[in-house]
Amino acid sequence: MSIGHTLLGLLESGPRHGYDLKRAFDEKFGHDRPLHYGQVYSTMSRLLKNGLVEVDGIEAGGGPERKRYAITEAGITDVARWLATPEKPEPYLQSTLYTKIVLALLTHREAGDILDTQRSEHLRSMRILTDRKRKGDLADQLICDHALFHLEADLRWLELTAARLEKLREAVTR
Amino acid sequence: MTIPAGSLLTAQDLRKAYGPTTALDGGEFSIHPGEVVAVMGPSGSGKSTLLHCLAGIVMPDSGTIMYNGREVTAMGDAERSALRRTEFGFVFQFGQLVPELTCVENVALPLRLNGSSRKEAERTALAWMERLEVDDLRKKRPGEVSGGQGQRVAVARSLVTNPRVVFADEPTGALDSFNGERVMELLTDAARSANAAVVLVTHEARVAAYSDREIVVRDGKSRDMERVV
Ligand SMILES: Nc1ncnc2c1ncn2[C@@H]1O[C@H](COP(=O)(O)OP(=O)(O)OP(=O)(O)O)[C@@H](O)[C@H]1O
Ligand SMILES: [Mg+2]
Repeated sequence: MSIGHTLLGLLESGPRHGYDLKRAFDEKFGHDRPLHYGQVYSTMSRLLKNGLVEVDGIEAGGGPERKRYAITEAGITDVARWLATPEKPEPYLQSTLYTKIVLALLTHREAGDILDTQRSEHLRSMRILTDRKRKGDLADQLICDHALFHLEADLRWLELTAARLEKLREAVTR
Repeated sequence: MTIPAGSLLTAQDLRKAYGPTTALDGGEFSIHPGEVVAVMGPSGSGKSTLLHCLAGIVMPDSGTIMYNGREVTAMGDAERSALRRTEFGFVFQFGQLVPELTCVENVALPLRLNGSSRKEAERTALAWMERLEVDDLRKKRPGEVSGGQGQRVAVARSLVTNPRVVFADEPTGALDSFNGERVMELLTDAARSANAAVVLVTHEARVAAYSDREIVVRDGKSRDMERVV
């Protein structure tokens, strides 16, 4: 999962301090692995260097945690591009996809589009496997079927998520 | 409207309401000869309604459907019914074979309706049944065959008139995954070798994986995913 894009996405709703960003991240995405402060600051300084965020204000007292960051136009474009690009179909995508969907809801983008685009990408892989299965021997068929069932499981989870988007929207924007 | 070169079936901005319920709410796409296109989307999103409109079974409230240079949405009932009989084939989820007829008579029925002699129609029907590996069921009635066998008989019937488009609505919905995939394999192989396009409504990704591309329907709006990505 891309921490940089996630933090950028969280900044879209308004400028935040580093510690505030960490808290928002942990609350929404960090369930069993909260971010270290060090990760937040190294990520923010990289985003700053790349012009995706800017320093919006510094509180008295000094220290890196006192900086308030705001997303730039380039940053918003970067988040949009990340959300619109499907993930490579592979097992255990759920944390990245979940993050993308929640961010889309938080930033008032069309979460359904992420699902449709990802389904398309998964189907692309599934078509290749299906074709190999049709032309292959029994061993090929069994191996391809295993991969196909796993990709299908991802998609079924995606579809269930899509069916629950309204509930999810209520939960994350609360 | 602009029709992409070489397209066989084009839908533009179809809208259909049933009382207060919006079933179709726009979108546009084209289907080319010999292409297998999956129609996907949540339950109630309008997939079956879209298929019925494309096939000239249901008239949309507005929008345009073009088939091979002819405007389906401007045709009268008789013309659309002739179009369905001669150019299209149909497979549905279940309950589509006539229970009083034998399997071979069922497969031959579309040819008989188009005026072929019984002998001629049944000979062609049997060839298709062989292709779908159900010729040994020729004398049985639909009530005496399994669901998977019945679906193969239905696929044979959908192809018997050499249609240019086969419309299939959840054709594997009642089958287990092994039989469902076998039906898909046979349907798509037969359609490809006859250069027939297939419009396949399904919610199963493994079934959709037999298609060349997909159209997604959400809240009645159709999206051609090839154009998006
Ligand atoms: N003949 C009808 N009369 C009234 N409402 C209808 C009729 N046919 C469809 N609808 C409504 O139109 C909407 C779209 O229905 P449709 O059957 O096209 O959905 P679908 O995508 O095929 O769903 P499923 O996956 O469950 O088959 C639904 O809200 C449905 O209730
Ligand atoms: Mg339906």
